[in-house]
Amino acid sequence: MTSLYAILAVILFTIGLVGFLVRRNALVIFMCVELMLNAANLLFVAFSSHWGILDGQVAAFFVMVVAAAEVVIGLSIIVMISRSRRSTSVDNEIVLKG
Amino acid sequence: MTPTSFTAPTLDYLLLVPFLIVLGVACLGVLVEAFVPRAPRFATQVALAVVGLAAAIGTTAWLWVDGKSGLIDPFSSTIVSGTVLVDPPVLAMWAILFGFGLISVIGFAERRLHSGATAFTPMAAAIPGSTAESGAREAGLVHSEVFPLALFSLAGMALLVSANDLLVLFVGLEILSLPLYVMSGLARHRRLVSQEAALKYFLLGAAASAIFLFGVAFLFGFAGSFSYDRVASAVTFTAGSDPLLLAGLGLVGVGMLFKIGAVPFHSWVPDVYQGAPTPVTSFMSVCTKIAAVGGLLRLFYVALGGMRWTWQPLLAGVAILTIVVGAIIAINQADVKRILAYSSIAHAGFILVPVVGAVTVGNMLVDGQAGSVASILFYLVAYGFATIGAFTVVTLVRSQGHEVTDLSAWAGVGRRHPVIGFAMLVFLLSLAGIPLTGGFVGKFAAFAAAWRGGYWWLALVAIAGSLIAVYIYIRVIQVMFFRAPESDSAEVDVALPGGATWIVLALCFVGTLGLGLAPGPVLDLLQSAAAFVIPSAG
Repeated sequence: MTSLYAILAVILFTIGLVGFLVRRNALVIFMCVELMLNAANLLFVAFSSHWGILDGQVAAFFVMVVAAAEVVIGLSIIVMISRSRRSTSVDNEIVLKG
Repeated sequence: MTPTSFTAPTLDYLLLVPFLIVLGVACLGVLVEAFVPRAPRFATQVALAVVGLAAAIGTTAWLWVDGKSGLIDPFSSTIVSGTVLVDPPVLAMWAILFGFGLISVIGFAERRLHSGATAFTPMAAAIPGSTAESGAREAGLVHSEVFPLALFSLAGMALLVSANDLLVLFVGLEILSLPLYVMSGLARHRRLVSQEAALKYFLLGAAASAIFLFGVAFLFGFAGSFSYDRVASAVTFTAGSDPLLLAGLGLVGVGMLFKIGAVPFHSWVPDVYQGAPTPVTSFMSVCTKIAAVGGLLRLFYVALGGMRWTWQPLLAGVAILTIVVGAIIAINQADVKRILAYSSIAHAGFILVPVVGAVTVGNMLVDGQAGSVASILFYLVAYGFATIGAFTVVTLVRSQGHEVTDLSAWAGVGRRHPVIGFAMLVFLLSLAGIPLTGGFVGKFAAFAAAWRGGYWWLALVAIAGSLIAVYIYIRVIQVMFFRAPESDSAEVDVALPGGATWIVLALCFVGTLGLGLAPGPVLDLLQSAAAFVIPSAG
């Protein structure tokens, strides 16, 4: 049973990672990152149930708190960018060339 | 599934005092921001941050002395139910982190260069070029939130290096990163670039954290626990081919290598280092790297030590790639901050060399182990002094009140201002690893440790790479001293900074030369810190 949840988590994570790599809107990219974090949460809870311990469920709460903090920081940065550029597309950010 | 009952953790507050001081002062800084009137606010923040970090360094030294004389027993005790470990290597890293944090915070306080303002935007929320922004600028508003942000970040770094638990490691990593994302976006001039740096750093950093976290979840699934000790024993009892373990190792490694800035996870480094305000760049290029290397060391040495035959070749490959890519791309960069960014990538590779070379990871008993940890710490200290110094000089080369980071505009700057020029010369030579500077001793110790650890070929590659890297710095020195300034860059000048920057420059200068001329005491001190590692393997 755990392996099914693990497979689902890996699928979710992969969707998030692919979205992160191919999407061009900062907000969508950010949502993909959140999907990756939630895939990790699912994995934590699944393994927690597999081992019969609570540690993984506690970890999921930690991750939720951290993700909430990340949302605050991330959205403020994205809002700042969108106000100064009238766009949230990462293709428009061409001042710095990697 | 049988939910077990929680046991209240035992908190040994005494051993956590330095960390709690930094965290407490950061919280106090937020209150100062809210309640202290505008006029004395900046001075209050600076005083609070400096006093807090000095107190943290003092208590770290006190723990060290008491621990050596046996007053705190057991010294290498795991606290907070074994999730945090305070042992001599951790104390050494805390002292180094808080020391460089203190130097950086002093650098943040510079106001003379910007005619009374700081290097940070007066109103971060205002749209660049808007009336709100120019109003804030004319009103002489000064941004002082950067001090508590830096302290929060330092607290995360302190937690990261002392983590003995995968979840604590993740929380430390996030506390480290989140304030840095904001700090990257606070530049006073060229705010669009700065905001873009913040966005890039945030998006890539958040993805790296998610990848790291997914790896943690795999390791948890493999070992059934977050504790390093339990993971280590689970690794020992496995043949080493468990897919959960391999996936966890790989993903966790990616997350840590991203923070260190190793190739192929380096793409954020040049952009963020260039766009962020220069004092913040120097802070994150030094302190983040120290903390990430410290976290990586304990994670790979203690928790995954039994897997070393898997991760050592991989990390060796990453080290070589990092050195070569960093050194070669730096050669044709035209911007001084980007050159220093690629140089810091190359240095990340050099630091990884002794990390790989320490084969005595698993049993912790063979000779040479202590040499490896001590040499990594020494390398980080030497790198820190030279890097903060070099970035501080970058803040001084100005034209019409703005920093000039174009290398061609730096022509002849060193000759026109011999004092600043000589300081930059020393910093660059130290980064290049020329004898009589700290960088040389650090490189020598680091590569020697890798050699002793059985990775002599990696040490040879690293030496060859450091010869390529010398060219980066020689190029900057050549432009600074031996090229006549072009006519259109005639107004480029070295601005005379206020006392804060002079303190930073003097500390970095003395540190760089002191570590090169008399490395013995520091090396001995770090050696005695690393010698304690054995009980921490638990």
